[in-house]
Amino acid sequence: MRILVVEDDKDVAGFVVKGLREAGHTVEHADNGRDGLFLAASENFDAIILDRMLPGGIDGLRLLETLRAQDNATPVVFLSALGQVDDRVKGLKAGGDDYLTKPFAFAELLARVEALTRRGKSDGPTTRLAVGDLEMDLLSRSVRRGVQKIDLQPREFRLLEYLMRHAGQVVTRTMLLEGVWDYHFDPQTNVIDVHVSRLRQKIDKPFDLPLLHTVRNAGYMLRSEEV
Amino acid sequence: MDTNQPTSLGLRMRDPGRAPQARPGRRRAKPLIRSAGIRFALIYAVVFGISAFALAFSLWYSTLGLLQRQVEAAIRNDATALSEHYQQGGLNALVIAIHNRLSDTVDGDGIYLLVDPSGNRIIGNLDTWPKGLDEIGAWYQLPVVRQGYNSVALLRATAIPNGDELLVGRDVRARSELRNVLRYALLWALGLMFALGILGALLIRSLFRRMIRDISTTTRAIARGDLTRRIQKTGDGDEFDELAEIINDMLDRISRLMDGVRQVSNAIAHDLRTPITRARTRLEDASLHAHSAEDLQSAIERATLDLDGIVGVFEALLRIAEIEAGSRRAAFAPIDLAPMLHDIDELYRAVAEERGLYLETIIADHLPLLGDRELVQQAVANLLDNALKFSATGTTVSFIARQDDAIIEIAIADRGPGISDEDRDRATERFFRAESARSTSGSGLGLALVAAVAQLHNGTLHLADNHPGLRAIITLPARLDTPFRK
Repeated sequence: MRILVVEDDKDVAGFVVKGLREAGHTVEHADNGRDGLFLAASENFDAIILDRMLPGGIDGLRLLETLRAQDNATPVVFLSALGQVDDRVKGLKAGGDDYLTKPFAFAELLARVEALTRRGKSDGPTTRLAVGDLEMDLLSRSVRRGVQKIDLQPREFRLLEYLMRHAGQVVTRTMLLEGVWDYHFDPQTNVIDVHVSRLRQKIDKPFDLPLLHTVRNAGYMLRSEEV
Repeated sequence: MDTNQPTSLGLRMRDPGRAPQARPGRRRAKPLIRSAGIRFALIYAVVFGISAFALAFSLWYSTLGLLQRQVEAAIRNDATALSEHYQQGGLNALVIAIHNRLSDTVDGDGIYLLVDPSGNRIIGNLDTWPKGLDEIGAWYQLPVVRQGYNSVALLRATAIPNGDELLVGRDVRARSELRNVLRYALLWALGLMFALGILGALLIRSLFRRMIRDISTTTRAIARGDLTRRIQKTGDGDEFDELAEIINDMLDRISRLMDGVRQVSNAIAHDLRTPITRARTRLEDASLHAHSAEDLQSAIERATLDLDGIVGVFEALLRIAEIEAGSRRAAFAPIDLAPMLHDIDELYRAVAEERGLYLETIIADHLPLLGDRELVQQAVANLLDNALKFSATGTTVSFIARQDDAIIEIAIADRGPGISDEDRDRATERFFRAESARSTSGSGLGLALVAAVAQLHNGTLHLADNHPGLRAIITLPARLDTPFRK
């Protein structure tokens, strides 16, 4: 994937660029708003990682608003030290697709960027999801693995749906909290782990090949072995 | 690491410092009209002056009017009586009657003149028919010459059937003099009233000043930093007392907040020092003593976790500050808490079951609230987090949400160690951790956030003894104008 990083802090930018390249992406970097806008408007990117406070007269919000005004729908993840609820709302209102507050874990950023680009591609409603021999019918709300039918609680169904929509990608605990439970804060207890382990009991335990994997220091990933 | 962060912090730090610069350095002499005391005094003087003038004018007008009407009535009666004399006894009787009147009232004010059609005087105390008196039956006030000296008279002419004309009148020079006397008296009185008005105004102004002087000296002292000062009450229970009370209440709250800030900064310095020290020690220890790449790796990972913990504390602090600032109230929306509470129950039920705890939940069908869904969610989640954290295996945690008229009550009770009586009041303070909780993980900010959320919604957080354990009760005012009110 081709990703643009607009970030003025050298250390943060270097760290992010290096990490993204290691994850196999092509990365361009701009260290001020004007260059960032120029790059974003003139070239095609799969995602943009955007700081809010930037030198060069154009801050992140202005940059994004200008970009959206030109009908450029490239997914944008804000990466900002402005972490209040209002800041977040402002960022999303301006056209941001996700908002991550500094300081951040790189795994979180990477997972969110990759999740976004996937979301950008899927147009048209899907009615059926499949990972390996695990199948989910969104219309009849039923789940099967191989020939065996699996009974899930409504919330477990949504959790699995989220994981299946992001199959092959790392999904962090915060992403699950936001995406499945609509929570925007971190509970002190390991609630997500408990729910994921229950889901794992149902979809993986009786079978030989595990699909739901724990990714150390990051989160979870649903994938069939061949990916 | 991040240049943005110091900038934003710097801004935040600078803000309070900017305020004193914006204020004018010294209190300069202000234009008189700017003084509220002078303004009130002027208003008083003007109102007083206008009413005094109105009183004087009406007095003057009605006195003179009454005199005029009395004189007119006398003249009219006199003329009628003389006409009757003529009707009964002819011209002779009339002349005799006039003669009698003239001789009766030597010094009187009566003026009579009877002339024949050619204008010759038959009888009367005027030498000639006054100039300008042309119309019969109309009232005239004219200068006349009477017995050799000038005077002013009110006159009215009557026609006698034989063609003669009779003039009856009254000398009103005395009345004119009275009017002058009255006018002077009233002018003097007005002057006096004006002086009194100014005096009263000055009195009001000094009274006003004295009343606000205490308030202004106190507030100025406080602005300079002496937060212990309070405004003296007069004890009269008047409006100024009320104002003093309100200001004193405000000052109490400000000083409580200041104490809070001071205490929080101390707590931040103290409570963050520990995890920062831990992270630092770990990194330094690893750089000095690590024997393998794995040692180094694990030390770095644990230090990163420590730092994440510190960031978490910062975020919780900022969030509490944001809630306490009240700005989120603008985003309040009508919500039903019931489905949201069911979601939380479902989220935590799994955790409770995994730990071998029983979660007993009773949630009313509808819990209408005007508020911030996300904040209430976080508050309840914090309480459940706590309850689960401090519960021993096999015990029960109860989670009850119900509406009692205008009050929504969310109660979460556990059978854990609870909080001792003396600690309970302080449990909602930032960074406060009871002795029994020191060994468990946590920042000491959870209950502070719950209390802040409750307060933002005009509700309360009440902590009680669950015999044993802790019962935390959030009460929130319900939204009553709702279709699903029971």
